[in-house]
Amino acid sequence: MLAAAERWGGGADERPYLPRAFSHARVNDDGTLDFLLEAVGPGTRRLAELEPGEGIWILGPLGIGFSEADSPLLVGGGIGTAPLLALHDELPEDTPVLLGFRSAAHAEAASLFRGSPVIATDDGSVGHSGLVTELMYDLLEGRSVYSCGPPPMLEAVRAICAERDVPAQLALESGMACGFGACFGCVVPTKNGYIRLCLDGPVLRADELETALTPGAGH
Amino acid sequence: MNLCGVELRGPVLNGSGTFDAIAARRAFGDQLLDRFPFDCFVSKTITLAPRQGNPPPRLYETPAGLINSIGLPNKGLEGFLAGDLPQLAELPVPLCVSVMGFSRDELARLVGAVAERDEVALIELNFSCPNVETGLIMGADPGETARSVERLKPLSDKPLIVKLTPNATDPAAVAVAAQDAGADAVSLINTLKGMALDPRGSGRPWLGAGTGGVSGPAVRAIALQQVASVAQAVRIPVIGMGGIESGRDAADFLRAGASAIAVGTASFRDPAAGTRIAAELRAVSGRERDFLPAAAR
Repeated sequence: MLAAAERWGGGADERPYLPRAFSHARVNDDGTLDFLLEAVGPGTRRLAELEPGEGIWILGPLGIGFSEADSPLLVGGGIGTAPLLALHDELPEDTPVLLGFRSAAHAEAASLFRGSPVIATDDGSVGHSGLVTELMYDLLEGRSVYSCGPPPMLEAVRAICAERDVPAQLALESGMACGFGACFGCVVPTKNGYIRLCLDGPVLRADELETALTPGAGH
Repeated sequence: MNLCGVELRGPVLNGSGTFDAIAARRAFGDQLLDRFPFDCFVSKTITLAPRQGNPPPRLYETPAGLINSIGLPNKGLEGFLAGDLPQLAELPVPLCVSVMGFSRDELARLVGAVAERDEVALIELNFSCPNVETGLIMGADPGETARSVERLKPLSDKPLIVKLTPNATDPAAVAVAAQDAGADAVSLINTLKGMALDPRGSGRPWLGAGTGGVSGPAVRAIALQQVASVAQAVRIPVIGMGGIESGRDAADFLRAGASAIAVGTASFRDPAAGTRIAAELRAVSGRERDFLPAAAR
C-alpha cells in the first residue's frame, strides 16, 4: 500500500483518501524499491506528481506472492508487468517473457527487463500486432506460467492454461481499503468461495479460479 | 478507565468490522500483540449461520471516506467460538463480541452462547438489520430495540452494548429505549446508508449489493451531533465513533459526552491509527484537557 505523506486527501473532491495497493517492480541493491504506476485516478495522479525528496507512506510487504515453479514463462500486460519484473530479476536471464501493451509508448516498461522480452502491442506500433496471449501457444509445452495484467488478459491466460493443462499463477487486482485483511473489501470469487486478495493473494493458482475477471478491478 | 465494570487501559476501541486481529497478526506477526492499537477489541459481527458476504465490488472511495457493502461475512456462531475465540483470547486487551440476529430467537441463542464464555468481557448488539418477523430495522425503532434488549438482558451477565444506527428518525429515542430496557451502554454511529454509480458511466450501482454504508471523515460531523444528542439523553456510557482520525477528533467526541471512542475507517489507512490517536489524545493538554471527562483525563 502506498500514499504520499503530504497532500494525500484534500485534493479535488477530497480524494484520494485511502492508500493504493501496488506490487513493487524491483528491489535495488541499495535497498530502494521501484514501482511502476500509471496516473489513472486521484491516487495514482498524486503519486505520479511526487517530487524527489518528498515523503511517502508505505505499509508492506503484504500478501502472498509468486511461488517457485519449474520452467517459468512470464506473461504480462500493461502496468501489470511490475511484479513480473521483480520476479524476473530472481530468475535466469534467459527466462522467456511475453509482454503486451496498448502501444509503443506504453511498451517502454519492457526495456526495464534484463534480456529481450517479446512484445505485442494492440496497435502494432512495436512487436507483434495483437494480443500477447496469442504468443503463448508455441511456448507453453512443459512450462509454468506466471502472469499479471488487466483482467481480460488474465482471463485469457487462465483459459489457455486450463485448456492446455499448464499450471499458472496469476497476480490479480482488486480495490483495497486496507491491505491487511481488516476491511473484507477486496474479495474475489474462487472455487472455494470468496477470499481476501490482500491476505490470501494477490497471487492465486489459476486452477483455484472459475474466472480471472474479478468484479471491480481497475477502479 | 472503567467501561461498564470492565477495566480498560484507555478509551480507544475499534469499530466492529474495521479490524481483523487474527488477519492482522498473520500480516504483522506477534508485534501486533506488543503494540496492540486498541484498549478493547471489538470483533467483527457474528451471526448464527455462516455468511459469505456480499458479491464484489464491495468498496467505493468517496470524498473523505468510503462506502462499503461487505455483508457481514463470518464463520457463524459455532465457527467463531471454535476457531476465532481462542485466538482473540490471546489479545492483550478485553474482548467485546459483536452479534447480529435476524430474529429475537436468533439473537437469544447468540447472546446466550457468547455470554457463557470467559474470554468475552462485553457483548455488542448490532441492531442495524431488519427483524425478519416484523420487517423493522431493529435499531431504528425504539419499541423494537426495547423488546430485543428486554429479551436478551437476562441471558447475559456480561454488559450489553447496543450499537445504534444513524439511519433512524431519532437515535436518542432509540438510545433511551435501550437504556430503559437494560442496556449497559450504547455505541454510535454505525455507517450511513449510501450508494455510488459505476464510474464508467453504465448507470448501474457500483457496489455488488447496490447500496452500502458510508464511513470516514465524511460522516464525522453527523456522528458528533448524534453522539452529543444521545449522550444528553441517557445516563449509561456512550461509545462514540464516526470518522475519528486524530486525538483532537477523539477529544471532541469525549467532550460531546462519550465515555470512550472507537476508531474505524482510519485503521484501514494505517493499522496503527488507534495507537497514534490514543497518544495524541494523551497529549491534549492545558485548558483543553479540563473539558475532557474525568475518566479520559
